[in-house]
Formats: sequence, C-alpha cells, structure tokens
Amino acid sequence: MSAKETVKEPSMLKQKEMIARNYDAITSAKETGRKVSSTFVPGNLNELVMSFGILNNLPEINAIQNGMRKASGPMIMDAEKRGHSEDVCTYVKADIGMMARGNIAPNGKPMPDPDVLLLSYTGCFTFMKWFELLREEYKCPTLMLHVPYEGDGHMTKNMVDYVVKQLKEVIIPGLEEVSGVKFDIDRLREYMRNSAKAEDDLVWVLETGKLKPSPIDAYFGGVYYIGPMFTAFRGTEDAVEYYKLLRKEIQYRVDNKLGPITPDGEMKDQKYRLVVEGPPNWTHFREFWKMFYDEGAVVVASTYTKVGGTYDQGFRHDETRPLESLAEYCLSCYTNRNLPDRIGMMERYINEYEADGLLTNSIKSCNSFSAGQLLMMREIERRTGKPGAFIETDLVDPRYFSAANVKNRLESYFQMIDQKRKGAKSAA
Amino acid sequence: MSTAEIVSRAQQLFEDLNFTYAREWKAAAPGRKVVGFMPVYVPREMIWAAGALPLGIFGGGDELEVIHGDAYYQSYICRIPRSTIELGVSNRLDFVDGMLFPFVCDVIRNLSGIWKIMFPNVYSKFFDTPQNYQSSIGGNYYVQELHELREGLEKMAGRKITDDDLRRSIADYNENRKAVREVYDFRIEQPWKAPAWEVYLLMRAGMVLPPDEHTKMLRDYVAAARDEDRPIRDNCRIVVTGSFCEQPPLNLVKSIEMAGCYVVDDDYMLVNRWLMTDVPTEGDPLVNLSEAFIKHSVETACKYVDKEEVKGQFLVESVRRSKAEGVIFAAPSFCDPALLDRPMLQHRLTENNIPFIAFKYAENSGQMQPIREQAGTFADSIKLWSEQQ
Ligand code: SF4
Ligand code: SF4
Repeated sequence: MSAKETVKEPSMLKQKEMIARNYDAITSAKETGRKVSSTFVPGNLNELVMSFGILNNLPEINAIQNGMRKASGPMIMDAEKRGHSEDVCTYVKADIGMMARGNIAPNGKPMPDPDVLLLSYTGCFTFMKWFELLREEYKCPTLMLHVPYEGDGHMTKNMVDYVVKQLKEVIIPGLEEVSGVKFDIDRLREYMRNSAKAEDDLVWVLETGKLKPSPIDAYFGGVYYIGPMFTAFRGTEDAVEYYKLLRKEIQYRVDNKLGPITPDGEMKDQKYRLVVEGPPNWTHFREFWKMFYDEGAVVVASTYTKVGGTYDQGFRHDETRPLESLAEYCLSCYTNRNLPDRIGMMERYINEYEADGLLTNSIKSCNSFSAGQLLMMREIERRTGKPGAFIETDLVDPRYFSAANVKNRLESYFQMIDQKRKGAKSAA
Repeated sequence: MSTAEIVSRAQQLFEDLNFTYAREWKAAAPGRKVVGFMPVYVPREMIWAAGALPLGIFGGGDELEVIHGDAYYQSYICRIPRSTIELGVSNRLDFVDGMLFPFVCDVIRNLSGIWKIMFPNVYSKFFDTPQNYQSSIGGNYYVQELHELREGLEKMAGRKITDDDLRRSIADYNENRKAVREVYDFRIEQPWKAPAWEVYLLMRAGMVLPPDEHTKMLRDYVAAARDEDRPIRDNCRIVVTGSFCEQPPLNLVKSIEMAGCYVVDDDYMLVNRWLMTDVPTEGDPLVNLSEAFIKHSVETACKYVDKEEVKGQFLVESVRRSKAEGVIFAAPSFCDPALLDRPMLQHRLTENNIPFIAFKYAENSGQMQPIREQAGTFADSIKLWSEQQ
C-alpha cells in the first residue's frame, strides 16, 4: 500500500457534500416547509418524489450510517427490549431504535417525522412490515406500491400494467395530496433524463472491473459508487456531475493501470479476482475490506451494487415512457429477480469478469438475499468450475461479526483458489 | 363413526409422509394429476377444476429426518423450506406434477426458484397475490394472474379448464368452507367436545383429501362430537396466532390444551378459511375468485393492511367472536411475517385489554415442558384475573 492516510478523490468529497446537504435539507424541513418522504433503496422512485418537491429520506441508509459509526448495536438492543424479535432484519430494529433515541441525523440534528411513507415494495418482504411498524408510530399517510416478484424470471405485461396503475391511481394522487403540488410529467421526464445519463456512467465504471488490473473494487468501493444512484440523488444534476467526475477518475486509473483506492491507499497487488454476492457488513466495514486487500483480493463484480437497479443488465430510465419505465425499474431490481436469474447473472459475472470464484456474504437477518444462497453457490460452482466460499455476518448488528471466523474462512478460500490454479497448471 | 375413528383416519393421513392417499388417488384414474402447494393461500379451486388434487405441503413435522435439507439453508432460516426440500430429494414428492409457492415471505418466494432448479420437470410457480386491495387495481391484476395460472395448469394437466369446471370446483370449496366454519363454530360453543389437536388433524386432512371427502369428514365429526359426552375442564379460552406457515408439532398443539387452555380459534392451515364468504358460482369465475380474495379474505401477517386503524382488528374480532380470554402468539423461529407483525398485534391487544403471551417453536421442537409451563402460568393468571372481576 502506498499511502497510509485515507485518500479522498474529488468524487468522494462531492458525494460527502451531497449527503451532508441532503441531511441538512431534511433536518431543516420544518423551517423551510418542505415535505419529507421515507422510502427504500430497491424500487426507489426518487425522480417521482423530487417532481413533487419532496425530500427523500431512506431508513436503510440511516441504518447503514449508524452501522458504520458503530451506533447501531445499542439501537438494535433497544428495539429488542421493546418487543422486536431477535430473529428479524436488523435494519428495521436499528431504525426503530434510532427513532426511540430521538432520530438524530448524522449532522447531530433531529430528523423531522416523515410526511409520507412511500412503501415501494420491491424485492423484500420486510419492507411491508417495516413501514406498517413506522406507520403505527408516525400515523402519517402510507402509500403502498406493490411490485410483483419476477417468479418466472421475466416481467409480464400484467406486472407492468399493475405497477403503472398503482402509480397513476395511488402513488401520484397520494404524493399530490401530501405535497400540495400538481403532478408535472415534464418535470419527471427531466429528472429521468438525468438519471439515464448518470446510469450510463455508473455502468461504465462498474464494467471496468473486467480489466486487469481492476481499477475498482466493485463491492467495498462499489458501495460508494452506487451511493448517489441508489439514494436521494438519482435524477439530480448533482448525480450527473458526480458520475462524470467518478468516470474521469476511473479513466485515469485505467490509463495508468492503477488498482482501486482503499482506505490504506492504492491496492497494488491483485492476486485474486472475486465476485461477491450479498450485502456487506457495515459495523466492521473497514476491517472487513482490509481482510481482502491485505491478501490481494479485489472484488471485480458484486450483486449488492444491483440492489437499487440492474443497470448493467441494460435497464435505463426512459423519459419517453416515464411510468412504464419506473415500473420496469422496480421490477428488475436484483432481489426482485428469481433465483435462476440471479444465478445466471453471477455466472456471467464470473465468466465475463474472469473471476476466480464466488464469495457469498450471507446476512443473518436478510431472507430476501440469503434464503437459497447455498444452492446458488453450488450451482455456480458447478457451472463455472470455480470454487465458492460462504461467510456469515450481519448488516448492522455487531454481535454477528466474528472477525476471526471471517478471516479464517477467507484465508482458506484464497488457499483453495491457489490450489485450483496449481491443479489447472499441472493439468495443462 | 365415532370421533375417535374419524380422528384416527385424519391422523394416519397426517403421519404419512409418503402421501399414500394422494398417490392412490392419482393412480385411480388415468389423466389425474397432483399439484402441491405451500402455505398460506392458493386458490385450490383452480387446481381441482383441472382435475388435479391440491396437496398442501406443510413441511416435514417432527417425524421427518432431515438429512439433505440442512445443506440448503443456513441455521438462521426457519425449518419448513429445508424439510420441504427433504421431501423433494427423498422422492416423497416424485408423483407431484406441479408445485405452487404463494406470496408469503421471501423464504418461500426463493424456494420457488430452488424448485425450478432442482426439479426442472415439475411445473412450479411462484403464485403472486396482490397487496393492493382495490378491485380495479389489485383485483384486475389478480384476475390476470389467475388466467396465467389457469394456462399453466392446463398445460400441465393436458386439458382445458372451462368456466363450468371452475364453477363446480368453486361450489365444492364453498361447501368445504362452510363445513370448516361449522367445526370452528362448534368448537367455540363447546370446546371440551372438540379438542385442539383433533380439530388440527381434521383441518390438516383437508390438505390431502379432495374437498367433498374432506367436507364429509368434517360434518361426520361434528355430528359425532355433539353426541359424545366429554368432561368439561376448568380451562381458559385462548386464540393461537402466528402459526400460519411452518406448523408446530402436534405435541405442541396438545400441550397448550393440556396446560389449561381451550383453543377457540387459530390460524393453522389458513387456506381452509382464507375466503370468509362463499364465492359466487354465477358469472365469471376468475373475477369471483379475485373479488373474494380482495374483499373477503382473512387478515394475516403476509398481507398488507392499508389502514393503520384496521391493523390487528381482525385478531381482536376473533377474540371477541370466539369469546376468548387471551391470545397465544406461537410463531416459528426466524419467521419474518409472524415476528415482524407481532408487536403491532400485541399493541392492539393491549389497547383492548386482552392478555397475551408469546413463544417460538420449530416444526421439530421436542421439548414441550417450557411451553407447557408458560401456557399453564398464562391460563392460571387469566383465571385469577377473571375471578377478581
Ligand atoms: S430483509 Fe434484507 S433486503 Fe429486506 S430490508 Fe432487511 S436487509 Fe434489506
Ligand atoms: S415459517 Fe415464516 S419465514 Fe418460514 S417460510 Fe413460513 S412464513 Fe416464511
């Protein structure tokens, strides 16, 4: 590693500034009179929300922020003391625990209660109950958008029609009522145009993982790359700018054959190329990442970076058919795809990104991702002939991150890859 | 027939993890098919109308030795998917022509994909139901989903499903639902004559018997039970909730009663009671099934309730209707729907001064002592409380 201090590229600084500005806007909403919605990352209808001038607050992101600042543990325990089961998703409990502690945003100011809960039900059952639970607390309007699951591996006309109809008859009138703003389809189109531009650049960045050396880490670094796209910024000029900057920075790395930037500087030695399935652990994010780059393991593609949209599979927001396009966006998010489809995606990643294998980080409390991962891993091993490995952690519950176990697992996995290579060489 | 004989037949069906009855039913006439379905709800009318037997697959219980299934699931996922896979890989379901995985939770949703990979020759489908309860939105969507299901089943069965087939099938299930209600009503009236475990087995028999045969079994039971003398115990009356998917072991069902609680309502095998009214047999059968779903189905954790003030009222109402004195939340470990829903339901009960306790189980739980003690203490406290009133 070249530098010990954390390197901050202009895109990172820009993202930081965008996030800070959004939190400031949210925490000052009472004074400015702006309305605030809460919604989820998968199926996030940011362009639509913005077209009503509503601010977007994402509880999943708040949980991640609390996880990274090591504040989520006590929040989860608080929620458990209040009767929430130890077995359920820790994002929900971190959110409820945060609420009980005054809902303090990262800028130290209290968040206002949401004016609307936009329950975009995409790819995860927990979402439905999460917002029923929040609704009980906030007693605010709750708009449910049910996005059907692509059980047979494709979207049907009926699914798209159903989502569009809900948008037209439930979501849009509901947002009009909350905001007092009339729906303006041209405003929506404009935001969607911006989204598509940014999406092009994001996909370009993600696909540089195919290069050797990879200029990006598509999992740990990837969570920064997807940040603006998956949250309150998709559709904004800021996001377009951000992705332009990012693309430029990555282009520079490509031109100079540089590896990704890690918290310890540039990663030089790339011994292992991995595809990773599953969300990261947030409470020990840096420690976790370090276990990879210390061993020369770079993640070249990940599924987590497709949770808020599978842009690399070809989807783009399409301003010419805005509502259908929003419906298709929701339908095609990663966890809304069936298992054979998810397996197919990962198989392609292994082949196209020339990876050494699939590593699954199985999240204890996330059935949406986790149920079926063992079969998925074996199926991918069978299809690609590349070894897989399985580790278990949690998102924001520090009790379920065992550094020693994870490290052991990873080390034996890397050894397995080495042996496989030796075997391949001697067979050749 | 005595209740003992009827219950013994139901128990045999329950214990037979080779599904001999369904196998024999299928073999009895050429062209017959069997379609498995998982909890909680599928419109069995569609399957039956295709000349196929709907077979409820409710996991492996506490008798099935799970050898392979555990290799498919992490320790923090409930039991039912692994025992279901076990049933599949051990060829116990090799006669099943189709499998439906309804909207319940992400575990069953994902199991639908696993099934497609592991059993590519079986017609398997994730069966989606709407979470929007307006006829013109969710209702329309559901009608189209039913069309798709109909086409899928037609292809599987190699025959058309006509509207008249559907109407006949709807009539069979209307009758069945009526008989189911009669059993539940009877139990509310005289719970000492219809012990929870017997009712459980009767309802469970509906997961394998054709509707007409099951209807007869239920009616025979009520007729026999009315005439039988059974001692009245000093039990309190409780509702069990949260057990709609992975089933508790039969011993657990028994233990609650032995601890001093008459179970006067429950949500085991909710598919029997999902639609609370008759489905009209006139008119478009798919629209009728859809409307019944949209307007007259039960509230349970795997459904969205679109009004906060309505949330949990269904349970409160069930307590009132069954004259229960308390609620037992019995949920499978790691069950997202039941466990995420639980705090909201508990708040509603508290508002209504209805006492409750909660515990978790697994379908293969062996230790009943702690549950019996908990239920026993609960029963005592209810009795004490009512004496003080
Ligand atoms: S269950 Fe998984 S997908 Fe759903 S909210 Fe929790 S972490 Fe996210
Ligand atoms: S027991 Fe609960 S979590 Fe498990 S499959 Fe059934 S509904 Fe889902």
